Amino acid sequence: MNKLEIVHNSKTFKKNDKEFCALQETNMSIQSGKFVSIIGPSGCGKSTLFNIIAGLLPPSTGEVLLDGKNIVGKSGCVGYMLQKDLLLPWRTILDNVILGLEIRGVHKTEARERALPMLQKYGLKGFEHHFPAELSGGMRQRAALLRTLLYDKDVILLDEPFGALDAQTRLFMQSWLLKIWSDFKKTVLFVTHDIDEAIYLSDEIYVFSHRPGRIKAKVEVDLPRPRNEETLTQASFQHLKKGLLIMLKVEQEIS
Amino acid sequence: MDANAEKIPVERTGIDQSLEVKKNTRVKAAVIEDDRKGISMRRKVVIGQMIVGVTIIFLWEFLTRIGWLDSYYWSNPSTIVQTGWTAAIQGTLLQDMAYTSGATIIGFILGTLVGSVIGLSFWWSSLYSRITEPYMIAFNAVPKLALAPVLVIMFGIGFNSKVIMAFLMTVIVAALAAYSGVKSVDKDLEKMLFSLGAKRHHVFMKVVVPSSVPWMVSSLKINIALALAGTIVGEFISSRQGVGRMILYAGQVMDLNLVWVGVIVLSFLSIFMYLGTVWIEKWLLKNRKYQ
Ligand SMILES: Nc1ncnc2c1ncn2[C@@H]1O[C@H](COP(=O)(O)OP(=O)(O)OP(=O)(O)O)[C@@H](O)[C@H]1O
Ligand SMILES: [Mg+2]
Repeated sequence: MNKLEIVHNSKTFKKNDKEFCALQETNMSIQSGKFVSIIGPSGCGKSTLFNIIAGLLPPSTGEVLLDGKNIVGKSGCVGYMLQKDLLLPWRTILDNVILGLEIRGVHKTEARERALPMLQKYGLKGFEHHFPAELSGGMRQRAALLRTLLYDKDVILLDEPFGALDAQTRLFMQSWLLKIWSDFKKTVLFVTHDIDEAIYLSDEIYVFSHRPGRIKAKVEVDLPRPRNEETLTQASFQHLKKGLLIMLKVEQEIS
Repeated sequence: MDANAEKIPVERTGIDQSLEVKKNTRVKAAVIEDDRKGISMRRKVVIGQMIVGVTIIFLWEFLTRIGWLDSYYWSNPSTIVQTGWTAAIQGTLLQDMAYTSGATIIGFILGTLVGSVIGLSFWWSSLYSRITEPYMIAFNAVPKLALAPVLVIMFGIGFNSKVIMAFLMTVIVAALAAYSGVKSVDKDLEKMLFSLGAKRHHVFMKVVVPSSVPWMVSSLKINIALALAGTIVGEFISSRQGVGRMILYAGQVMDLNLVWVGVIVLSFLSIFMYLGTVWIEKWLLKNRKYQ
């Protein structure tokens, strides 16, 4: 069963009366519970595609089907973590994380009670009542992701969540994300620039061409799960990486 | 191999910890030193300020006594205190102070609230805000003090016309400040909230209002002074009460000592109300220390 289908989506922006194509016609079908990554050069329309799926941006053409229902232009149907952590600086971490519940009308005290164990379980213990500016980048990303998770939609979109982190924190966060993914059984769409990251995390990888974006290839990752650091050194991992590197190199050269 | 693997990190953390401790003590020592410096600095500042104040009052008194300054125009501190005391005990100085500060504070609160609401409302429609903005700026440029005679005729010589003056002085400043706040709201924050299924009123309450608070707060200090100026001018034009009226009356009967009393009293009112807004500001921003 396809959880999410992207049908003939494209997006053209108008800039000073000039048409500017950010995303060429794109089709994707994503099965329930899969971890799917999207990689592609900067500016190829990955965030644009996510904005369309999240209903924050109307596409120029096409439909987005969630469980077979068209959700184009409807926001709030999927969880979406934008490229920045976007924590509200005047709220504590706990109060940031419960934002989605609050909007749904859950009372603040109850929302806090529900969120607190999650913060403690997923590495933010002791920081519940701190303000975002007091946290490290990795912790802020974790808080933002927990906020998205607590919003509790089947599909979550993650736009380069670890892009701004150093290599070591990144590795740690990847394992953390995999744990969460297996705990919560969500369907994940994940944008990254990092090939290792894409292979390590995903079941499928979509490779986008340079601007204007278009799907260039779809790669299945059949590495066994659960994955750990050893996965990174396996021969099949290296093989996949080589293939993807070549594809992306071609893209870089064209652009 | 396992044992080794475990040992190394333990040793390493041991070293790290001792380093950490050293660093901490050093930091602590530095902080204490800084504090000491801060305290002695603060003490010096306070002492210096007191010396300057006392010198000014002393010179004022001294120069008027020996006749270098004409005490008819300049009065002098001891006479001012005496006149003030008499005006408070036998006259209506205390009621006048209550009248003036009452009108100022009510006008200030109304102006700030209404202005903030107007400014924030601009978030809801860019058509409406774009149509209105030039008029706001134009109205801000109108010298509202010059309108005082009209307002006194419209609203009478009583308390209301003073409140209206203070209100008009503050409302546009507050509205423009809130509007600047609205314009500076991070569009991505709005987007993030929509992605959590928010409606516009959620975005307004959870993002627009809180992120505009520092902008609105920044106008409080200017506004309290403007409100006081509005009230005093209102009293100058026509009034039966208030410190402004007292000054005007004293000037008409050439009681310059009493004029000085009025000026000094107004300065103190102004300082106290300023301190009040500083306190409100601190209270409103108490969660913002980390921004
Ligand atoms: N609202 C907009 N109006 C006009 N052009 C836009 C708008 N949003 C995005 N674009 C353009 O569309 C193109 C694709 O942008 P997008 O943010 O989707 O890229 P991306 O693949 O996410 O890049 P990155 O990896 O750097 O985040 C860019 O060239 C961008 O300038
Ligand atoms: Mg992007």
